[in-house]
Amino acid sequence: MDAWGRGTVICMSIIRARQLVHEYIRRDEEGNVESISTALDHVDLDVKQGDFIAILGHNGSGKSTLAKHINALLTPSEGTLYVDGMDTSAEENIFPVRQAAGMVFQNPDNQIIASVVEEDVGFGPENIGVPTEEIWRRVEESLAAVGMTKYRHHSPNKLSGGQKQRVAIAGVVAMQPKCIVLDEPTAMLDPNGRADVIRTAHELNREKGVTIILITHYMEEVVDADKVFVMDSGKVVMQGTPRQIFSQVGKLKEYRLDVPQVTILADLLRQSGINIPIGVLTRQELVEAVLRAAQIS
Amino acid sequence: MLRDITLGQYYPADSVIHKLDPRVKLFGTMLYIISLFCFRGIVALLAATVFLFAVIRLSKVPFRFMVKGLRTIMILMLITAVFNLFLTPGEELVSFWKLKITAEGLKNAIVMAVRLTYLILGTSVMTLTTTPNQLTDGLEKALAPLSKIGVPVHAIAMMMSIALRFIPILIEETDKIMKAQMARGADFETGNLIAKVKNMIPLLVPLFVSAFRRADDLAMAMEARCYHGGSGRTKMKPLRYQKRDGLAYLTVTAYLGVVLVCRWFLPWPM
Repeated sequence: MDAWGRGTVICMSIIRARQLVHEYIRRDEEGNVESISTALDHVDLDVKQGDFIAILGHNGSGKSTLAKHINALLTPSEGTLYVDGMDTSAEENIFPVRQAAGMVFQNPDNQIIASVVEEDVGFGPENIGVPTEEIWRRVEESLAAVGMTKYRHHSPNKLSGGQKQRVAIAGVVAMQPKCIVLDEPTAMLDPNGRADVIRTAHELNREKGVTIILITHYMEEVVDADKVFVMDSGKVVMQGTPRQIFSQVGKLKEYRLDVPQVTILADLLRQSGINIPIGVLTRQELVEAVLRAAQIS
Repeated sequence: MLRDITLGQYYPADSVIHKLDPRVKLFGTMLYIISLFCFRGIVALLAATVFLFAVIRLSKVPFRFMVKGLRTIMILMLITAVFNLFLTPGEELVSFWKLKITAEGLKNAIVMAVRLTYLILGTSVMTLTTTPNQLTDGLEKALAPLSKIGVPVHAIAMMMSIALRFIPILIEETDKIMKAQMARGADFETGNLIAKVKNMIPLLVPLFVSAFRRADDLAMAMEARCYHGGSGRTKMKPLRYQKRDGLAYLTVTAYLGVVLVCRWFLPWPM
């Protein structure tokens, strides 16, 4: 049973992209093609149901375009994308896809529609025609899941960035999606708000079994993910566990990505001859590794 | 300075009038306005006065809040009164120089002033006791029949509620841009009117650009949450008539009836 009680879920790909291509076509005034930029270049991607996935990439690497595809806000120029078994390029699948894969955007102000927190959380269920009593139940549950029940009667304008972003997540959770795509949800937040949002995402993943796809360029947020994809100029260039990815410090630098400071330090220590394993991700691990190295020598 | 702007001057209180369905208040206000424009005779005036003050009393909104709205139309009222006073032909009362005050003019001026005052007081009861959101909800539901003839009622209501949500955000943004431009030497205060308007350009251009960007983002966020217009949509807080709403309708209709009876059957002087 999944969190919403929809019966057994077989471990299958919730998102499956095959040779996915997206081209932004610029036209001049007469409608002639002026230039084509390829935002997604033959992307193959599989995401397992219930995973916590992180997608990394610097600006313009195509990661936001990919996010919009998962929500059927954009449709493939070439190739196919299946979300929960539904082809996103089919017109009739648009709303089921959007319900299965919710999306949280970067700017917290520009995605809250109502002037009262609880009404905003109810907006999604209203759109998909959920009966009134059920909406109230879902709103309560979602607000509790993100820890914002206290603020249900507040105006969103009075909340902090992190709180607004949690309200936005609650709005998506109320639609009972199988998968939530967070498109740089922390880019405009202060460190406290950032930690709150990421913690909320992990809780949803653990407690409700919702697949999370976190798009970010903060490396620290990626450390606890099940799997990491690195994108560069429209291609998926690296994939693996955070440990596998961050052990390749040189390669990450090539893609203009930062590595967690702890990992860089560990890397530098190893290069200067101290016996530290590759792929150290947290401060705790580094401390242990250094202590171990000290004992041996 | 920009933060002082309040929109929809809602006065929170726990009263019967606050709890009424917004549709009742909308229709009630409409009937009340009709009654104001067709009352004739001292009895009808009395009825209107009693009705208005009873409602104000019930709403528990302090009277001085109501009077605030009057200040803004004082000039309009004065002009109307003066024109009525001097320009109505009829039996002469006083005359000096080229102006003369007639009995009819005096009567018209007083009636007009009373009408305008009651109109403002009555409509502010509605705006003071209804939140902007309730108002848009009420409008949407009340105008729903119009959607059959192609009026996009749901879209209009949605636009109004989104506008209400974004007004404080845009005000804050205006403040921010203003400070940013002032830091670069922009001057919003000195100069004559034309210079002042010209100086607004560095404020308005970025504001518009950002408003469009926000609109674009919001449209995408709404689409991502399965928004597809009003069809097949359910409501989290549906409007349902209660017993008190029926009573309110009855009261307003009875009041309008009294005023109409006075107009047609009581030939009281006025």
